[in-house]
Amino acid sequence: MLSHPDLAKLIFGRLTLEALPLHVPIVMWTFVVVALGAIALLGAVTYYKLWGYLWHEWFTSIDHKKIGIMYMILGFVMLLRGFSDAIMMRGQQAVSFGASQGYLPPEHYDQIFTAHGVIMIFFVAMPMVTGLMNFVMPLQIGARDVAFPFLNNFSFWMTVAGAMLVMTSLFVGEFARTGWLAYPPLSDIMSSPDAGVDYYIWALQIAGVGTLLSGINLLVTIVKMRAPGMTLMKMPVFTWTALCTNVLIVAAFPVLTAVLAMLALDRYAGTNFFTTELGGNAMMYVNLIWIWGHPEVYILILPAFGIFSEVTATFSRKPLFGYASMVYATVVITVLSYLVWLHHFFTMGSGASVNSFFGITTMIISIPTGAKIFNWLFTMYRGRVEFELPMMWTVAFMVTFVIGGMTGVLLAVPPADFSLHNSLFLIAHFHNVIIGGVLFGLFAGITYWFPKAFGFRLDPFWGKCSFWLWVSGFYFAFMPLYMLGLMGVTRRLSHFEDSSLQIWFLIAAFGAFLIALGIACNIIQFVVSFKNREALRDVTGDPWGGRTLEWSTSSPPPKYNFAFTPRIHDHDAWWMMKKYHWQRPLSGYLPIHMPHNTGAGFFMAVLSFVLGFAMIWYMWLLAIVAFVALLVVAIGHTFNYDREYYIPADEVGRIEQSRTDLLASHV
Amino acid sequence: MSAHDELHAHDDGHGHDDDLGIHATLSGYMTGFVLSVILTVIPFWLVMGHVITKSSTAAVIILALAAVQIVVHMIYFLHMNAKSEGGWNMLALVFTIVLVVITLSGSIWIMYHLNSNMMPSMMDPSNLP
Repeated sequence: MLSHPDLAKLIFGRLTLEALPLHVPIVMWTFVVVALGAIALLGAVTYYKLWGYLWHEWFTSIDHKKIGIMYMILGFVMLLRGFSDAIMMRGQQAVSFGASQGYLPPEHYDQIFTAHGVIMIFFVAMPMVTGLMNFVMPLQIGARDVAFPFLNNFSFWMTVAGAMLVMTSLFVGEFARTGWLAYPPLSDIMSSPDAGVDYYIWALQIAGVGTLLSGINLLVTIVKMRAPGMTLMKMPVFTWTALCTNVLIVAAFPVLTAVLAMLALDRYAGTNFFTTELGGNAMMYVNLIWIWGHPEVYILILPAFGIFSEVTATFSRKPLFGYASMVYATVVITVLSYLVWLHHFFTMGSGASVNSFFGITTMIISIPTGAKIFNWLFTMYRGRVEFELPMMWTVAFMVTFVIGGMTGVLLAVPPADFSLHNSLFLIAHFHNVIIGGVLFGLFAGITYWFPKAFGFRLDPFWGKCSFWLWVSGFYFAFMPLYMLGLMGVTRRLSHFEDSSLQIWFLIAAFGAFLIALGIACNIIQFVVSFKNREALRDVTGDPWGGRTLEWSTSSPPPKYNFAFTPRIHDHDAWWMMKKYHWQRPLSGYLPIHMPHNTGAGFFMAVLSFVLGFAMIWYMWLLAIVAFVALLVVAIGHTFNYDREYYIPADEVGRIEQSRTDLLASHV
Repeated sequence: MSAHDELHAHDDGHGHDDDLGIHATLSGYMTGFVLSVILTVIPFWLVMGHVITKSSTAAVIILALAAVQIVVHMIYFLHMNAKSEGGWNMLALVFTIVLVVITLSGSIWIMYHLNSNMMPSMMDPSNLP
């Protein structure tokens, strides 16, 4: 440390050696394991001389397919972190009864449940949903990339920067102890003076920039870059849900940005938006954050609905039942999702008229959702259903999600909510819809589109192991929570006096253990599939007998996706092309105009990370330097005129010829 | 959106779109500018000259003029009309207005109810049930 205290404060802010958790053994051991893992990973990358490859082919890539895959990897890595938090909570609640205090002190336990919620929503579900949209949607509409390819890369790295800030909080300082939405007055500077809430604010603000920009990007892509002939009502359903999700992102995320900015001003600048003085009102924070928060759950679930629609139609060998009703249901859900936010705080003290209004709108939103369930069921009805892995996830979703939906309607009744709010019943409900809906959807989507992304299928045996462990683990883990919630056990408790409850928590912990095995099977599945990739190879580009355009190109698709822009005459474009014996054109290629890779997005995200870290620890000097550098890089990038190149026609011809040969050799 | 626009956007999706589809004219900008100045000067005059004594009335008039000003900007500066960008602009505008109205009126309604139902009974024990 520097000898002069003022100089040290200028450089290090409030960051001192005490911020390092040297005295907390659990965190230190975690740090040792993470550090060893990181050293091993970096060492391996160096040993195999992969840095150049990673930098040129992945980190700086502005290919929507590679960015989509990187989003999925980010989501999966963060799933491991978020699930570690979950299993620590389950373990603590299973043993912390009566005289035993468990192994987690309360201040640590509070950070864990906050981090679990934040990570699972913002850094698992959001990246995975964005990643799938990024990868699949441009292929489905016959486009060569998204509308703003550089922005796509920048958005991804901003999301990574936010995730890295949350991860940093594990080892430098602490994370918020406020719950995942950081309600004031608990999150204000009086009650939470440490760096935890600041980590929360800056991680979400930086990742939020990425989310908003990618929302705009994908929205513009769908509106402007559909293949000729693809009118709105001929778009694949997944693209429709992606459109609605991105509309919701563009409309809702600025509210989150604004409300977190106001909370930050309260904490940093002494304003009084959410204090009890000078006209401030903490209840306004709750109101505003749920105006973002409720659309957010539909941002997550709508793409999952789209995945299920594609999967059900493909594996039932039938067109989707009620395409138009599916589209209208999606649009109605999009609008209605803005009319229900008060149901998250029925008990805050609004009158009967307000609560009734929002209770009724909440019940109404179950109608279009129910219509979708019936559409999927009627698609399966009299279809030749093939129970491949994506279809299994879809069936598991339908059963599980209906249970979650019904408990949701139960919670939508304000008098019932008064006794169930803040209880484990609520926890069970939203895990029921998020795991049973979003996560099962993502797994269905990953299994379904994996061969498109990598050129080989995932191993079905380990996939089925993972499926059964996940599904049974989910029921073991969350059905007891419904029971406990009905008995009145509230959420976020680290210790219980009544030992008669312990059996339920033990069952829930067993469920979490099963899910842990399910995740292990996921990882084994990736490894085994990679090792067996020659046997699992997809040479046709259409391993499942798909219906939409992404299956018309090779697996993995060439950089330019489509040598010729397809023309669309009906929905299920690829199905129609197969039906009318469409022939791939084998000559007449033209040079293809493509965007250049750039590292600017990566550098701007690194600088944003530094800026966020400096603001969290009050390192004003570093914050100013990082902010100026951020501006310099951003402005500097506008002078980069070397942004595009042409893939020559004969190279396109070569790539297409190799596909022709591949197809011919496997007839 | 016409088929031509789609093709154009597709082929040239990675950068300079020369054809913005906007017919900007000097007279259009001047009309917008003059209208904006007028709509800005009136509120200024209302406040500085204490023309209307009742402040709530003055606030309503200023808000109404602000709304008109928004429309002027959209038509003359952003070149929006019911047909620009194949109707997407209009659709986005309608959607935005719906959401803004829902958010604002909903928040005001909710916050009003929170105050009116909670505060008196909390402060005055005789109101408790």
